[in-house]
Amino acid sequence: MIDWKKYLLVFLITVSLFFTAGFISNYFGDQKIDQIKSIQDNIAISILSSETQFALLQESSCKNVSGSVLSDELDELGDKLEWGEKNLGVTTEVTYLKKYYSLLQIKDYLLMKKISAQCKVKSAFILYFYTTAENCSLCEKQGIVLSALRDKYPELRVYSFDYSIDLSAVRAMLQIYKIKDTLLPALVIDDDVLTGFYSVEDLESRVKESFKLQEKN
Amino acid sequence: MPSVSNLIFYTFLLLSVYAQVFFFVTFLENRKKIIVRKGKIKLANYPAVTVVVPCWNEERTVYRTVQSLLNLNYPQDKLQIFLIDDGSTDSTWAILNKFAKYPNIQIFRKENGGKYTALNLGLAHLETEFFGCLDADTLVDPESLSRIMSYFEGDPTVMAIAPSVTVYNPKNFLQNAQKVEYFMGVYFKKMLGFLGAINVTPGPLTIFRRKVFEDLGPYRHGHNTEDMEIAYRMQKNRYRIEHCNDAYVYTATPSSIGKLYRQRLRWIYGFINNTLDYRDVLFRKKYGNFALFTLPTGIISIFSVNYLFGRIVYNLFHFLSTKILVINTVGWNFPAISSNFDPFFINAQSFTFLVLLVYLLIIFSITFGRKMAEGKWTFSLSVLYFFPVFSIIAPFWLLSAIYDTIISRRPSWR
Repeated sequence: MIDWKKYLLVFLITVSLFFTAGFISNYFGDQKIDQIKSIQDNIAISILSSETQFALLQESSCKNVSGSVLSDELDELGDKLEWGEKNLGVTTEVTYLKKYYSLLQIKDYLLMKKISAQCKVKSAFILYFYTTAENCSLCEKQGIVLSALRDKYPELRVYSFDYSIDLSAVRAMLQIYKIKDTLLPALVIDDDVLTGFYSVEDLESRVKESFKLQEKN
Repeated sequence: MPSVSNLIFYTFLLLSVYAQVFFFVTFLENRKKIIVRKGKIKLANYPAVTVVVPCWNEERTVYRTVQSLLNLNYPQDKLQIFLIDDGSTDSTWAILNKFAKYPNIQIFRKENGGKYTALNLGLAHLETEFFGCLDADTLVDPESLSRIMSYFEGDPTVMAIAPSVTVYNPKNFLQNAQKVEYFMGVYFKKMLGFLGAINVTPGPLTIFRRKVFEDLGPYRHGHNTEDMEIAYRMQKNRYRIEHCNDAYVYTATPSSIGKLYRQRLRWIYGFINNTLDYRDVLFRKKYGNFALFTLPTGIISIFSVNYLFGRIVYNLFHFLSTKILVINTVGWNFPAISSNFDPFFINAQSFTFLVLLVYLLIIFSITFGRKMAEGKWTFSLSVLYFFPVFSIIAPFWLLSAIYDTIISRRPSWR
């Protein structure tokens, strides 16, 4: 005799286990989103505080201006967001956080550029535009090159922007530097726009030049 | 990975969780019926039993096997032993002749025709009410037969009793991994016994009532798995098969990957082809849990192990190609790996918990199987390498068995 009740019971247990697993997974997913949010909020406060401090003191007291947000913090945030995109799915929350991240990067870039110009802090900046909308193997390679460079030169700050992100501030930058999606990956270094893939050696010389330019100024 | 792949993955996961929970619920229902007896037992009467030992080039193990039969705690005048040399080309025949002096041992020699023909020769000479086979690479525990016979004594409707098969003297890591697998097998066999859904009556000392062969006919080739075919035939005819968990037999296991591969290829090929032969049984409720649970679970496990293997290979390929891309792009200058472990990066997708659950239930089955086989709760470290070893090599024999079935090529015995 078949015990149909048992087959049904096991099915119900299995389904509830799936729901429980989904629930636990969502719980941890939310925790991760909260963690990203809290990092972003900290960074936002740091940037705002540095901006305010800089505005108050102007160039008269460069030594009091802390180096804005630590580059490490922005990197960590970037890594976690990238992981979140892959593993938590592109939810509205992740997309929102990514926009916020892009905005923070722009703010950090503008502020750091000002600080380095006025206070002669050794630094170089690269704006990096990539796309996730289509399969961009060169973007993947370019990302690897930039990570390697960033490891080698701690004074180098790389800000990366997803071309397809729906954010007016990023669109404004794309307009300023006349970047088109057919020319990705694209890099901006010392206001020069470089499109296509650039190797470590190509970029290394540009970064070194950028450091020299600063010294002359 | 595309979402179709994820859909397949979650479907397999659902079915795997279902099967494991089904086993676990069966365990909870029947846990009080699981008795592990220690020491000798006394039967009200001792029916005569014939045990056939088919041998084909078994010179290394058969002597010990027969000795273990002679050491059985069962009246020797009630135990007939047939030693059948199935055309061995080594010294097996000479070794068998050393036992000619025992009054309860008969020795036969025939041309090689395969194990099932040797068993059928034994059946042709059968005079007792009970019949069993013992593989010539297996040792029996002295109490095994009387414990098996106690099940027959207690229930006249049961037609065959399978013992608990464990590994004899494991020496290398592969044999230790198999030992773990056999413990798991003891648990699953017991549960399938409760469900009336056993699909193999193992070569090492399954005992049958003579009626089984009188009603259903002798052994068949059964794609080189005659012990599986007879179980399928019995299930199709609604003949009950039970499992006696405290009847222990110890079998020699393959010591190398090549030998293990050939053994498992034969088993899986046997499973696929016997299932195809008996496909009319599948999902027919009149054949009980055998048709609704055992066979579908076996089929699903073949597909899911292969699928999982494909997924692992895909992920490994993806990982390696990413590493190669990094090397090609920036050379061997890997960024310093941060020593700070960040729990953020632990994957907390729902499948992680479900896979973990399946593994926990399998570990439980191994541990409880061991408790039934050795009478102690122990967690063996072999479990840790059982999983990786079997997940890496099992897909090869599973895929080969499918391929051999498609091209109708029969795997060899050894």
